[in-house]
Amino acid sequence: MSNSVLVAVDGSEGGNRALQYASERAKLGGAKLIVTYVIEWSPYSFNTPEENAERHVRREQEIERATSSVVEPAAALLKAEGIECETVVRHGPPAETLIKLAEKHGVQQIVIGRRGQSGIKSLLFGSVAGNLVQTSPVPVVVVP
Amino acid sequence: MNRLFVTLIAVFLYSLPAHAGFDDAINQATAPIASAIGSFVFFKIPLFGAQLPVVVLWLVIGAVFFTFYMGFVNVSGFKHAIHLVRGDYADPDSPGEVSHFQALATAVSGTVGIGNIGGVAVAVTIGGAGATFWLIVAGFLGMSTKFVECTLGVKYRNENPDGSVSGGPMYYMKKGFEERGMAGFGKFMGTFYAIGIFIGALGIGNMFQSNQAYVQLNTVAGGALDGLGWLVGLILAIVVFAVIIGGIKSIARVTEKVVPFMAIFYCLFAIIVILMNYASIPAAIGNIFSGAFTGAGVQGGAIGALIIGFQRAVFSNEAGIGSASIAHAAVRTPEPVTEGYVSLLEPFIDTIVICTITALVIGTSQVADPNFAGDATGVAMTSAAFERQISWFPVPLAFGALLFAFSTMISWSYYGLKGWTYLFGEAQLGQTIYKLIFCAFVALGCMVQLGPILDISDALVFLICVPNILGLYFLAPIVRREMLSYKARLASGEIKRYDH
Repeated sequence: MSNSVLVAVDGSEGGNRALQYASERAKLGGAKLIVTYVIEWSPYSFNTPEENAERHVRREQEIERATSSVVEPAAALLKAEGIECETVVRHGPPAETLIKLAEKHGVQQIVIGRRGQSGIKSLLFGSVAGNLVQTSPVPVVVVP
Repeated sequence: MNRLFVTLIAVFLYSLPAHAGFDDAINQATAPIASAIGSFVFFKIPLFGAQLPVVVLWLVIGAVFFTFYMGFVNVSGFKHAIHLVRGDYADPDSPGEVSHFQALATAVSGTVGIGNIGGVAVAVTIGGAGATFWLIVAGFLGMSTKFVECTLGVKYRNENPDGSVSGGPMYYMKKGFEERGMAGFGKFMGTFYAIGIFIGALGIGNMFQSNQAYVQLNTVAGGALDGLGWLVGLILAIVVFAVIIGGIKSIARVTEKVVPFMAIFYCLFAIIVILMNYASIPAAIGNIFSGAFTGAGVQGGAIGALIIGFQRAVFSNEAGIGSASIAHAAVRTPEPVTEGYVSLLEPFIDTIVICTITALVIGTSQVADPNFAGDATGVAMTSAAFERQISWFPVPLAFGALLFAFSTMISWSYYGLKGWTYLFGEAQLGQTIYKLIFCAFVALGCMVQLGPILDISDALVFLICVPNILGLYFLAPIVRREMLSYKARLASGEIKRYDH
């Protein structure tokens, strides 16, 4: 089994902390990082005809934005520090998608930042970290 | 047709200063125009004592032909359609594109409109309980028509320079006929259809919807809005204006998200009402079957019931009109025929499920009390049927009717606009002109009686069905070939099913 860790980023403070934590660990243990940006998306949403017609363009824009403003800079930073990494940008429900990618890449661990939602908000919408911890096949580190 | 169009606008503009009896004036001005255009387009053939409009015959023959020609795809493809919607065949490596579910949901919220609530009541009033039977048959056959038109919609859609997609009958006519070596004819048909849809959008997807939304609001208000159709119309027109011209997309997004839940809510309460009328259920179902073949009390007997059933069915599920293929064309799939499969669920949900439920609500109420609705027809009749059992239900029903009408109007403004841009290009000014006309008709719909509106709308639907179904006959062999090839690859395992 390869020595690799999946780290979830999204340009937020929490994501940056997760990246920071994961890079420190990777440096110590010589692990490879899979830098992942999941763009929240569901195939079961209800859209207007116009939204559907423009979806393909939007999707490419979303991927482009995530790649150029978050994932690529993170990868450049890691490489500068001599850490081996790979990048993934993917649409889907966050927790489920992270797990699928973790399985695909055979990682030993998932590192994710905390969003710090209030109780009611996470009760209504669920929390990515919470779902992930409950369902992940590999250990999950939630960075506060 | 152009003259009708101009006259309607003229009538509307001429009467803009509001005064007492304003709605009456509009009514008197439009009624003769409506009946003139109705009798012209609705050429009728006398048949066994009934008057069979050519349009109905045209639709029935088309739907029956496609059902046989596609090997009863409406039955054999049903299960596969559900698998597709569930995403069982979606490539897990390219998420984020329009899914089958999303395309279907968008198309369904365009078709689930007042036709499902008010249209069914109209059918039962004129065609008797037996019309329900033919309505269901029409929905069943319409599934095949949808399959053909939506497959073509995806196969021949246009990718615009900005990356967005435009599809629909005008594109499949143009490109499909070109492929068959009939480019000139294809161009003509595409143009014919585009004119049909952008004018037709003003009837079925506009005036009929705003009219019935107003009627239900007025029913709930106890007639307090009598003669104020122009005001309700104006408000509705302003909201539509805000969305389609003002670009306030949040309103459209919210509607789009609320409508599916309203539809479920509606069906749930309809089933409750039917169950509360449990003693009348057997008799109501009996009436549907006996009425279908005897046509007791209906002008034109069984044939009369059949005509009405088919007319209201197409008005509700839009099979044969080609409008849904504009919405379905947005899906991104390497196999156009998959969207055809998915689309056949649309007449099923719209007509076989929702319309039948409405018909049973009315039917069971009629058995219990033949005079339950008084003179009310359309949505007011459906409302009365609900009110018999759940006294407060007309209020949420009015809210639901308003939302259904609104979402259908938004969808149709898009369909109409696609016809317009196909003809006149993407120039902003032209688009704005079309949208303004559309808003004007929203207001107009609330000022006119249901009768003339149905006449105009039916006539306009005919205008769209003629080029579309004619084109479908020519292009059906392409769809059949795609379908057979797809089925073969599905059976051989070349097309994979993913475990998600």
